[in-house]
Amino acid sequence: MTLDLIISALVTVVGISTPILLAATGELVVEKSGVLNLGVEGMMLIGAVTGFAVTFTTFNPYLGVLAAAAAGAASSMVFAVLVLTFGANQVATGLALAILGIGLSTLIGAGFVGIIVIPFSSIFPDFLARDPIWRLVFGHSPLVYFALFMVFATYWFLNSTRAGLVLRAVGENDASAHSIGYSVIGIRYAAIGFGGAMAGVAGSYFSMVITPMWAEQMTAGRGWIALALVVFAGWKPIRLWLGAYFFGILMTLELYAKASGFSFLPSQFWASMPYLMAIFVLAVISARERTGSEAPACLGKPFMPTD
Amino acid sequence: MRIRFEKRPEPSKFMQAITPIAAIALTMIIGALLFDALGYDGQRTIKEFFLTPILASYKWQDVATKAAPLIIIALGLSLGNQAKIWNIGAEGQYIVGALAGAGVAYLTPAVESHIILVLMLIAGVAGGAVWAAIPAFLRARFRVSEVLTSLMLVYVALQLMGWLINGPWKDPQGHNFPQTAAFNDWQILPRAIPGTYIPPGLVFAIVLTGIFWVVIKRSIYGFDVRVSGAAPHAARYGGFDSARTIWSTLLISGGMAGLAGILEATSQLGQINLGFPSGYGFTAIIASFLGRLNPIGIFIAGFVLAITSVGGQVAQTAVHVPSSAGGIFQALMLFLILAGDVLVRYRLRIQRAAKAGASV
Amino acid sequence: MANLEPLRLELKGITKRFPGVLANDHVSVQIGAGEIHALLGENGAGKSTLVKMIYGIMQPDAGEIIWNGEAMRIASPKAARKLGIGMVFQHFSLFDALTVLENIALGLDAKISQRDLEVEIRRVLDQYGLNLDPQRVVSTLSVGERQRIEIVRALLLNPKLLIMDEPTSVLTPQEVEQLFETLRKLAATGCSILYISHKLHEIVALCETATILRGGKVVTTCDPRTKTSRAMAELMIGGSLKEIAKGEGRSFGAAKFEVRNLSMAKRGDFGMALEKISFAVRAGEIFGIAGVAGNGQNELLEVLGGEFLAPDASAIRLNGADIGQLGPSARRMAGLCAVPEERNGHAAVGEFNLTDNVVLTARQRRGFVLRGFVDGRKSSAFASLVISTFKVKAQGPRDLAGSLSGGNLQKFIMGREILQAPDVLIVSQPTWGVDAGAASAIRQALVDLAARGSAIVVISQDLDELLELSDSLAVINLGHLSDMMKVGEISIDEIGLLMGGVHGSAQAQVLEAQHAHSL
Repeated sequence: MTLDLIISALVTVVGISTPILLAATGELVVEKSGVLNLGVEGMMLIGAVTGFAVTFTTFNPYLGVLAAAAAGAASSMVFAVLVLTFGANQVATGLALAILGIGLSTLIGAGFVGIIVIPFSSIFPDFLARDPIWRLVFGHSPLVYFALFMVFATYWFLNSTRAGLVLRAVGENDASAHSIGYSVIGIRYAAIGFGGAMAGVAGSYFSMVITPMWAEQMTAGRGWIALALVVFAGWKPIRLWLGAYFFGILMTLELYAKASGFSFLPSQFWASMPYLMAIFVLAVISARERTGSEAPACLGKPFMPTD
Repeated sequence: MRIRFEKRPEPSKFMQAITPIAAIALTMIIGALLFDALGYDGQRTIKEFFLTPILASYKWQDVATKAAPLIIIALGLSLGNQAKIWNIGAEGQYIVGALAGAGVAYLTPAVESHIILVLMLIAGVAGGAVWAAIPAFLRARFRVSEVLTSLMLVYVALQLMGWLINGPWKDPQGHNFPQTAAFNDWQILPRAIPGTYIPPGLVFAIVLTGIFWVVIKRSIYGFDVRVSGAAPHAARYGGFDSARTIWSTLLISGGMAGLAGILEATSQLGQINLGFPSGYGFTAIIASFLGRLNPIGIFIAGFVLAITSVGGQVAQTAVHVPSSAGGIFQALMLFLILAGDVLVRYRLRIQRAAKAGASV
Repeated sequence: MANLEPLRLELKGITKRFPGVLANDHVSVQIGAGEIHALLGENGAGKSTLVKMIYGIMQPDAGEIIWNGEAMRIASPKAARKLGIGMVFQHFSLFDALTVLENIALGLDAKISQRDLEVEIRRVLDQYGLNLDPQRVVSTLSVGERQRIEIVRALLLNPKLLIMDEPTSVLTPQEVEQLFETLRKLAATGCSILYISHKLHEIVALCETATILRGGKVVTTCDPRTKTSRAMAELMIGGSLKEIAKGEGRSFGAAKFEVRNLSMAKRGDFGMALEKISFAVRAGEIFGIAGVAGNGQNELLEVLGGEFLAPDASAIRLNGADIGQLGPSARRMAGLCAVPEERNGHAAVGEFNLTDNVVLTARQRRGFVLRGFVDGRKSSAFASLVISTFKVKAQGPRDLAGSLSGGNLQKFIMGREILQAPDVLIVSQPTWGVDAGAASAIRQALVDLAARGSAIVVISQDLDELLELSDSLAVINLGHLSDMMKVGEISIDEIGLLMGGVHGSAQAQVLEAQHAHSL
């Protein structure tokens, strides 16, 4: 009984933290290249509605996820053109992307409200996926494994490949990277596109796994949590992975508090918990570091090559 | 052929003036194409969004009602944006301001005096400022980016409001709806012009536009804010304390958002209910950029955005687009105005392919 | 050298135009194999533009680049490196958060494993007797060590031509000598070196040929060993050198500005702590602070100017009053003005016009602000006064600061502070990147201000400048300030040793090596 409860809580934690992990992994790469894209929430919503719509029309969840990634990447390109080619302010442009994503997803999704698809759940045989204990390992949507794979792949990419080294270099010192002969703008385009694709996949997790339907603004601010998670993790993939579970636990508590009705504190308190904790953690992290030197040095600064 | 940007020796005044107008025009064109592509009647949608609110005189008061809070919030935000301090949580400060004002009303149901209104407005300003003080403290003390903290407090504010109107402040006569009791006559701010729907907020918006114009253009505080944004090291060297700039810009913008919140609650809704959060805090960010952080520009931008907002409702009934599609126009406008900024600072050069003679 | 071989590099009629300026006007240069060739000229003479074209960063509008006898179009730095052209930049293209090894890997086009690369790096270090730990993070290295990274990066490519852009501006005299040894060894292997500088004695010591540029044109090509420094300087400037007029038999008044045991903790990862700094400057005296960049000069200027407060009010005293806990505005009112090194974004705001730029620091002493509002007429009049008094080339007070040339902006900034008649003026790098005419005008203005009874502190990396200007001098190294010394009683060698730390040079080497391995 208790074991059952613990297992089911852990399954929920892993599941609920997955979209944050996916989106934050993408954003981590973007920020490592020196760009701050605040539009994660918008890209997630666009991914959510696209993934849902494609799954609904093709009955193929893999196509759905692929389309969500493509849609997320495509929407991130709007941001990329503005901040990279036009040198626009990254904060304001990211915000515009978030607003655009909310509006556009509502518009596209208007015809899909109230429809349900088959959830994109575990692909393992039932005796594993539904086993009371083994479901902790095998009972997840393929996207959960994909998210884990991507975190470690990102870790490997950033630390052990030359391309990863170049990406970090661009984020540390854009002018130097440019003078050595690397295409700062090109590398940043690629990073932003990757971040967009990951946010898109993260969004599809909401509309295809958590609740297999489309609802307006269904990502409910998780994109912002993903942004905080990147800072929380000190721009390090492994810490990002652990941090995602931290937020996952907070959100699971909210669900359980709501469901069980055992509320010595109002449910609104639990609902605001992830945000309050995110703020608290940001404060602790920033207070501990004197300069925030873990952040890529060029984060958020526009770069316009003079030649 | 290759297109490239070449830095201008000085920002172009002409471009500064023309790009907001061009952004609005382009938004209409792109919007029409987009809605066509999505299977709506693009041209008609644009007409309903942008023109009907202007042409139909019975919509004017609606436009003014929506413009007032946008202008008030955006004026506050423009200070921070000039100092490159990004308060993107005005929506939360708007809510908390309204809650603080409503709290005063809740506590004094029996007081029959207009003093209550004044107290409610003060509480509104204070509530918004307090909510903004959290990111201000974290930024000034621990260097936590105010972008994320102010934004995340919006979600906390929403939960706070949800708790209050579902719990302690719930109207006992409200048929179990999550809402506060209606304000009594002493707690409601009258219309600006009796007999019309012109909101009292418009009067505030006009007066505040004037005050902000003088402060930004002429005062040493306006200079402080501008230099802090343009060159933080120079600001420190000039003797402007960065912590003071962070605190003041965030408190002012929070207070303005709170003022807009309580004005909206006391003059439009007459209570706080689930429909209160309306996204003004986010739209105002667009208004401040569309108005080029200039108070008079913001005043005009507030009306433009109010038009699209009213137009969204018109279009909903006329062409059946979801009203939130208005967000698309607003985001497009912001994108275009930001892209237009590059033309203020850079000149567009079109180069032909490298001449054969130059490369041997 | 063997004249049968084709020239290593020949430039024929290179021309490059930017909006409003002809940066290079039919420039022709010839460099033989193994030749150390100086490119000499003032700031703005077109040196940087020329080497950027050789290194493929820019393309010439007209003219030919002939490499080993073949006409070439060098499309990119990558193409340049492929040909065997290496470059060491004045402003290093380094990544502070990455290791030496990663930094070098980034600069190489060939794909090579980090392990093999480390072996290669150690081989080059041995060959040229250089000292550097490949695993260190760059932010922990001294400026001299950072330059070595750039040099090793260039050497790994076995270059046929190495371009060095103002390499010694950040080195102590002893480090300069070391660098010259490396360069001579390199030249002996047949590698040509294009050495860019405006320091004449270095060119005399190192180079066989010098091309002098002025206003984008070649003035002459000569053998620097046969010319006097003065003659070359005059060719470079295009006029005669002006001596600074210092009054004879200068006498100093009472101590006006005193700093006692001033210590400051390190700010951030890249800062430098200040430790027990003490000095006193008398009325009429010019006190110079020498030192290699990054030894605490910026931190010192910021705490003296009030941008950061001293831990203790009495650590800084002006006319007998404790001012250590006052902010910049209060210190200005008390009579202390400061000019930081970085012009754009610190001493001035490029996007602001000149009137706004005088409001920045002159509003307190000149009373531009009344009841919270700025009096635009007063500030504009003061800006005009600065422009006319200091002969700043600007159309008027409404010009943007960013539209002025570096030298003109510096004249404006110095004028803005000097015309406030401060009791104490503290300036950092007053003539950095300024042409000779403007530099001598600025120096003269400082001398004149001192003559009127102000105490002046000049922080500079340019030793020649300090020796010319100051009455007394001290050296800052790793946040420590040496004792004050009288100019005229000390040798350049002594100062050089102090700049590299108080130890003898051989000893310093050993210490540095230990330091490198201990981390």
